[in-house]
Amino acid sequence: MNIVEDVLAGSKRALARAITAVENEYDEAAEIMQKLYPHTGKAHVIGITGPPGAGKSTLTDKLAKEYRLQGKTVGIIAVDPTSPFSGGAILGDRIRMNELTLDEGVFIRSMGTRGSLGGLSRKTAEAAKIMDAAGKDVIFIETVGVGQSEVDVIKATDTTIVVLVPGLGDDIQAIKAGILEIADIFAINKADRDGVERLNNEIEMMLELNQNMVDWRPPVQRTVASKGEGIAELIGAVKDHITHLQQSGQLAVRRTERTKNELLALLDEQIGRHVLRQITTGGNFDKLVTSVEKREQDPYTVVAELLRQMLR
Amino acid sequence: MEKRIRVLVAKPGLDGHDRGAKVVARALRDAGFEVIYTGLRQTPEQIVEAALQEDVNVVALSLLSGAHNHLFPRIVAMCKEKGMSDVLIVGGGVIPDADIAGLKAAGVSAVFTPGTPTGSIVEFIKTNVK
Repeated sequence: MNIVEDVLAGSKRALARAITAVENEYDEAAEIMQKLYPHTGKAHVIGITGPPGAGKSTLTDKLAKEYRLQGKTVGIIAVDPTSPFSGGAILGDRIRMNELTLDEGVFIRSMGTRGSLGGLSRKTAEAAKIMDAAGKDVIFIETVGVGQSEVDVIKATDTTIVVLVPGLGDDIQAIKAGILEIADIFAINKADRDGVERLNNEIEMMLELNQNMVDWRPPVQRTVASKGEGIAELIGAVKDHITHLQQSGQLAVRRTERTKNELLALLDEQIGRHVLRQITTGGNFDKLVTSVEKREQDPYTVVAELLRQMLR
Repeated sequence: MEKRIRVLVAKPGLDGHDRGAKVVARALRDAGFEVIYTGLRQTPEQIVEAALQEDVNVVALSLLSGAHNHLFPRIVAMCKEKGMSDVLIVGGGVIPDADIAGLKAAGVSAVFTPGTPTGSIVEFIKTNVK
């Protein structure tokens, strides 16, 4: 079977297999991505991020259903944390999305972070590209529950929704750097709880202080995902954002930036791997470690010398 | 990166108890597997479709309602229909000894009854996964 042709023809099995190949870095992964790449760039990719328990999975489930009613096909990538000790993971986001499982127009894939710390796994963006090539119109990337600084999601998405809930932290949280800066849209989920007005005010005040919002001020949308409240309005906000991205030229800017970052990241990975393999094979490296440990040499001089030899 | 064993832990049918399934899921996680847990009351169709999308190596079924003779073989057959003959299917729960031979004949690779140490489930999967 030709996995690339089957992905393009809409085979779900092939799509699943292609993601596995890329995630596990099988030998065929590079060829799969090379051949699928020309077919990417059509989907709108939406990031859903926020703290653990904010309702990201339930919200994603409801948003996906709404897009299905509009006739769009949907891909969902749900990322959950990998144990730093065993390398294992419990990927439980599908529990909130069971009704979507048998929908022919929806494909859901769970991924473990496998050591990445930015809220996604290293291969999440590639998985989204494979779904894009397979013809999904809208792709959701749901991050792990994030704290303050896990902002990798913006590197992979066109629109980022930051999901918050009332009752977490005081107003100083709202002026910290990090995930609150990356929102294109804020969703205050569980908005039937106490503290929603206060959180709403804090976000609005934070937005007032932002100097760099030229022509898009992130809207704040209240939702109760478990009851389906506010979902249509949230999708309205996404639509407005897409229109803004297109009309302002920001979509092109963001995608150029993303392409550049992807190229740099790929280069970084390949060069790093190549250089490290050269340096660490042959046994000389172990001697250097010993000599640095004994304080015969310092690590800075050793690294400078190794690099000088490599780049000669 | 080495291959990671992916396991779908699923509860087919109508019983509402998943403590056992969660204990098994946790043990598999601690063994370094990626465990996709889909929750209670799944139909065979949902389980097989989730296994396909997640490209799992193993489907681990937990069932306490007594419907195993009907549901387990159905899930095995549906996996084969979808081209997933290489997926290892194991079952556990309240399953009478008398039913085990029949389930194995139907394509369930192993049946783990109450009292099985989780370590032996891990070992079985590591040894038999394709």
